Amino acid sequence: MTPDAKGETVLEVRDLHTHFFLRRGVVKAVDGVSFSLRRGEVLGLVGESGCGKSLTALSLMRLLPKGGAQTIKGEVLLGGENILECTPAEMREIRGRRISMVLQDPQTSLNPVFAIGDQLREALLRRKRAPLTRAPHAEVMKEAVAALRRVEIAAPEQRISQYPHQMSGGMKQRVVGAIAISGEPGVLIADEPTTALDVTIQLQYLKLLKRLQAETGMAILFITHDFGVVGRMCDRVAVMYAGRIVECGPVRRIFEAPQHPYTRALIASVPKMTGPVGRLTTIEGQPPSLMDLPVGCRFASRCSLVEQRCLDAYPGTVRVGDEHTADCWKATPA
Amino acid sequence: MKRYIARRLMQGAVLLCMVATIVFFLGRLTGNPVDLMLPEDATAEDRAALTQTLGLDGPILDQFAIFVGKAIHGDLGTSIRMKQPAVDAFFDRLPNTLVLIPWAILLGMLLGIPLGVVAALHRGGLLDRAAGTVAVLGVAMPSFWLGILLIFVFSVELGWLPSGRMGGPAHYVLPVITLGTFLVAGFMRITRSAMLEVMESEFVKLARIKGLSEAVVIWKHCLRNALIPVLTLWGVFVGNLITGAIVTETVFAWPGIGRLTYEAVIYRDFPLLQAVIILKSILILSINLAVDILYAYVDPRIRLA
Repeated sequence: MTPDAKGETVLEVRDLHTHFFLRRGVVKAVDGVSFSLRRGEVLGLVGESGCGKSLTALSLMRLLPKGGAQTIKGEVLLGGENILECTPAEMREIRGRRISMVLQDPQTSLNPVFAIGDQLREALLRRKRAPLTRAPHAEVMKEAVAALRRVEIAAPEQRISQYPHQMSGGMKQRVVGAIAISGEPGVLIADEPTTALDVTIQLQYLKLLKRLQAETGMAILFITHDFGVVGRMCDRVAVMYAGRIVECGPVRRIFEAPQHPYTRALIASVPKMTGPVGRLTTIEGQPPSLMDLPVGCRFASRCSLVEQRCLDAYPGTVRVGDEHTADCWKATPA
Repeated sequence: MKRYIARRLMQGAVLLCMVATIVFFLGRLTGNPVDLMLPEDATAEDRAALTQTLGLDGPILDQFAIFVGKAIHGDLGTSIRMKQPAVDAFFDRLPNTLVLIPWAILLGMLLGIPLGVVAALHRGGLLDRAAGTVAVLGVAMPSFWLGILLIFVFSVELGWLPSGRMGGPAHYVLPVITLGTFLVAGFMRITRSAMLEVMESEFVKLARIKGLSEAVVIWKHCLRNALIPVLTLWGVFVGNLITGAIVTETVFAWPGIGRLTYEAVIYRDFPLLQAVIILKSILILSINLAVDILYAYVDPRIRLA
């Protein structure tokens, strides 16, 4: 699907703030994030470790980690309904059915003491179409086998009675995928689903996700720190830095004409497979402490183009092209 | 698995030899049983004669050699006081102790596991602290004191329950509570810490992502994993109960092996003491092995390893 083919907006996040309230202070891990996701689209959410990508995802699921994390501001509109205002019971109905998630580490995502079939069954029972809640056990298990076949697991009839430790990492991640989509959600969040996999398996998994998306038309929020994967997977990409999205636009535009210096530096740091082998490009310095954020641009301390106004005030979001925005004083409005 | 069991059996045999040696020499440090059996004005000849009859006259190392030689053939001697083979005395009394243990463990788990789950769910809260207090009380209360307290309240003051000896179901209540109280705390604490660890894991997150109800997440996905360390505790607890029964059975005049041990010590009944300790050790070793094998059935990762 091309970025221009506009599906309806299925998820819209507006000015999301999720902070950790600790004794030492407030960690502003997600600090004003806005983006939208359309049906059938893959939006990449890119940024370095600790920039708030995963916490954004968990805020959308409303599964914040224990220990002081709280979403204090913003809206998460899923099909027009602000799910931040839902009761916990309503939220349970939404999870799995309307919004679901694939976690990063397949080794720990499955419960070690239950067979794959059992864990899949729990998810399948939440399907909206042709409810299985009253179906006999054998029929549900047939569905489970079908679900495994759908994620390209060989000999699913045997796998169904196996335990997670009997499977490889790539296979487990496929099972997690099958579980995540068995409630037929409109939105799937994939939080670095291939980071823990071998490179050869990564590609297979990405292709699988693409295929599943084409079949179901679900929207995918694809979280990664790997720009190479973004080019392969995404229609649009949002670059996140220190709790905010600093640039967002169609993948092609971002690669060809990145507007934010951070995006440029990130793209430059992707190792090239062609040309002479030199030193790898890195971004000097450290991101600011999320507990003590500067008033100005958060990237200012590492930016080569820094000016006085960058330190004095945060640049607004500038529309730099069709569907392309950047938070930078130097960006030229379209 | 077979090799593992064989290795465990070898280790058990070595341990048993050590236990037998220690109990043989340690028992003899308590004094001479002849002093207890004869009146104070018995003559030296009478004492010498009885000592010889009991086989206590030779050098101690010779006595030990005889003991080892017989023990290898399964003969652990004859009880001085009961005039019956020590092994028979042990197995006569063993069922009386064993009938208490499942009830005590059941009580411990029935109270301890839910308490542990509740404490973990309210970590740092009022309920957690309340459960913690129960746990400390349970461990800190010595069973002879708790037993006597229970007898005082329920038998002497209220007259609801019998104070001792074996009999109908009512006779079980106080000894089981006394034994079980110690276990509640243990089960609660291990469940709590295991639950806290499991609740943080990624598969619990995935269970929530699926949209499962909180009850299923906690009582199915978390608890099943948290039960693995709880099960290990079983081995320790059954061991504790068999040894701990000495005090409880003495307080409640319960004719089990605990009380038998107590009598063997008090009457310096060396063959009986040796037999009781060795047989108890065998019992505890087998239980621990059985628990480790059972473990493999709860945790499929061990089953196939």
